Amino acid sequence: MTDPVLRLEGIVKTFPGVRALDGVSFSVLPGEVHALMGENGAGKSTLMKVLGGIYQPDGGEIVMGGETVVMSGPLEAKSKGIVFIHQELSLAEELSVAENIYLGELPRKSFGRVDWARLAEQTNTILKKLNVGFDAMTRVGDLSIANQQMVEIARALTVDAKAVIFDEPTASLTDAEKVVLFEVIADLQKDGVGIIYISHRMEEIFKITDRISVLRDGQYQGTVETTGTDEETVTQMMIGRKLDLSRNAAHHELGAVALEVRGLSCGDLYRDVSFTVRRGEVVGFYGLVGAGRTEIAETLFGLRVPSAGQILLDGEEVHIHSPADAIGKGISLVPEDRKGQGLVLGMNCRDNMTLPQVDDLRAGPFMAEGAEVAIFDQYRDRLDIRTPGWRQKVGNLSGGNQQKIVIGKWLSMHPNVLIVDEPTRGIDVGSKSEIHKLLRELAAQGYAVIVISSEMPEVLHVSDRIIAMYSGRIMRTFTSDEVTEDSLIQAISGLGGDREA
Amino acid sequence: MQPGALSKALKSGAIWGFIVLELIFFSVAGEFLSLSDKAFMNWENMLLLLKQSAPIGIIAMGMTMVMVNGNIDLSVGATFAIAAIVLLDSMTWPIFAGLGDWVIPVAWLLALLVGTALGALNGLIVWKTGVDAFIVTLGSMLGYRGVVFMFNGENPTSHLNWTLVDFAEAEFLGLATASWFLLAVTLVIWFLTKHTVHGRNAYAIGDNRDAAVNAGIRVGPHMMINFAIIGFLAALSAVVFYSESGSVNPNDGQLYELWVITAVVLGGTKITGGAGSVIGTFGGVIAIQLLRKGLGHIGADTSTVNLVIGCILIAVLFLDRQLNVKGKEELKV
Repeated sequence: MTDPVLRLEGIVKTFPGVRALDGVSFSVLPGEVHALMGENGAGKSTLMKVLGGIYQPDGGEIVMGGETVVMSGPLEAKSKGIVFIHQELSLAEELSVAENIYLGELPRKSFGRVDWARLAEQTNTILKKLNVGFDAMTRVGDLSIANQQMVEIARALTVDAKAVIFDEPTASLTDAEKVVLFEVIADLQKDGVGIIYISHRMEEIFKITDRISVLRDGQYQGTVETTGTDEETVTQMMIGRKLDLSRNAAHHELGAVALEVRGLSCGDLYRDVSFTVRRGEVVGFYGLVGAGRTEIAETLFGLRVPSAGQILLDGEEVHIHSPADAIGKGISLVPEDRKGQGLVLGMNCRDNMTLPQVDDLRAGPFMAEGAEVAIFDQYRDRLDIRTPGWRQKVGNLSGGNQQKIVIGKWLSMHPNVLIVDEPTRGIDVGSKSEIHKLLRELAAQGYAVIVISSEMPEVLHVSDRIIAMYSGRIMRTFTSDEVTEDSLIQAISGLGGDREA
Repeated sequence: MQPGALSKALKSGAIWGFIVLELIFFSVAGEFLSLSDKAFMNWENMLLLLKQSAPIGIIAMGMTMVMVNGNIDLSVGATFAIAAIVLLDSMTWPIFAGLGDWVIPVAWLLALLVGTALGALNGLIVWKTGVDAFIVTLGSMLGYRGVVFMFNGENPTSHLNWTLVDFAEAEFLGLATASWFLLAVTLVIWFLTKHTVHGRNAYAIGDNRDAAVNAGIRVGPHMMINFAIIGFLAALSAVVFYSESGSVNPNDGQLYELWVITAVVLGGTKITGGAGSVIGTFGGVIAIQLLRKGLGHIGADTSTVNLVIGCILIAVLFLDRQLNVKGKEELKV
């Protein structure tokens, strides 16, 4: 048996309060395509950051060619022959394709001049292999996202790579481009390069990989031969937890339709989206990152202008021009990025809570401090926010309490429709179930609640109905009685489910 | 035509279109409003304009590199004044007394060295402390200006060397010495930005710093080199200008940084870095000088000139923003 090009041995990585990686071991053989799978948040990207030297592991070791190595940074990883093809593009848009591919390694002539001829020649050789329709001197900013991804992929071909890591490389590629990508991977394989392939798309995994390793909650679940397994087994490994979080069984009295969306589209971000939310109902939006869920929420909150379709509130068509407009019409958005978009971390609890209505809380020319404190006290009791007092800076609170402040902030605006985007990201397990309980209670009190989440247990737990999205379209709507993990995962992977959209 | 081609052509050609517009406007308006009966667009006047553009223009080339790199340098005006003092004062130093006219190249060299060192110092601080270039150079702008006043108080520093004046006032092929320096610097910096590894890396750093770091580009040294270059050019600008005038006031060079930045931004360089060109900056420098000269020609005073340039700058950036909107689906801010 050949030696693995890369072997991870019991990697442990902890962040304050979270054990992101817990003894992960796996190895990549030369000429092998090794799939790494797991739900969002299972630890795949943390593992890759450890491998790339961006994080230092708290335990375990990385072995390359029989020697233990320490990755001190991205440069070191690259020099050892580990190449990353990132999902998020890391390109300089104003530069040419060639300069981006050889970023940091431009060929030189005397006096530090760029050897344009050699650069163009090398680049065009690579581009020819990739069979793309642009040349070395095209400005990257002028390319489509898919072509920019191809530029990113071209980087893997510039160095003498030992292991290449593809992180969701096909997320923005068309079918024709995928074929080219798979050819590139096959070529790399022939040269004895080990490939780690991260993807959620089952059909790709089963088409091109040799082995599959699965992570769940930062723990290594095992490695299987692709030929000896099937989708069900792998899905089972990925989500297989006993769902101690019981399915949402209790249904509230549903009220009238609070929000209806008909044929809403926004350019390429999402197309022809229709759904309704009733008062007293929690609707979960489930899908992969980039499926268009957040963009729908942003449209409802007046941050994006839809290119087609209608939004109806309580049966009347409305046009939402701005967040202020949305708040006025009774829509509130608890954003995805709690620290960046939801809170002013340096401000105290009370001021954060009253931020959207601070204009109305005035006593003559001054702030009505008393009224502000009263609002804070009311929602602190109602949401059970644990803080020493309103003077506490929000930045010092735990994630769960921070999220409650954000939710309290919007509840104090008396919304009809509450949209929460990834409500429990980065929040520990205990607080998670508290937030879930809170969302259920809010629905019971007559709010229409939309929950956007990438975590399956979460949508299963809180939702009365689940809308599965895949690349900008609604694939299927499940009621909480009929949904199964398998059918849900198939729907969000674009695998048809029971009905093609 | 491809979508976006029009807005792109508008963007790259805008500054030259603007210059043509100015020329037409001042020629026509000059017929009616000018106090002198000379035409605005005569050859001599245009040559003079090129010469008068030199002090700002030479520095603007360095500023283009620094801004493309994602930084900014506010201390150029003060560096300019220090270099001028070094130039004029060193010619009177006793140790150089025996050199005769050979003191000129020595004084030049000293002034250029001082300028380069001051620029490199800015760069070193930005590199090693990680403090934003705006703050670092705001500090050095005040600090360097303080050094200028420490040297000779409120008094001007003067020294006239007639050989030097002759050289500075000389004309070669119809162009003044200062004009030649401006053209040469433009050409060299153009080459540096377009055809050297250092120049291309500077663009990459300004465009996407994380990507540059991940690709193994050493960000700090590149930034320091660019600051050294702008320091050198600020000194060169002083050398060219004061060789002719022979007297420097401690307030000289004040607001130069703002004129320079205005010219660079008008020329299409992004204030966030990553995009911009030396040729565009050259256009920006000419456009500003044309505006100052033209408004003077039709009888406007300095305060009016500043008001007009300020309005035009904001209008240009607004236009640029409109041309850069990525489509209707973009997230509103």
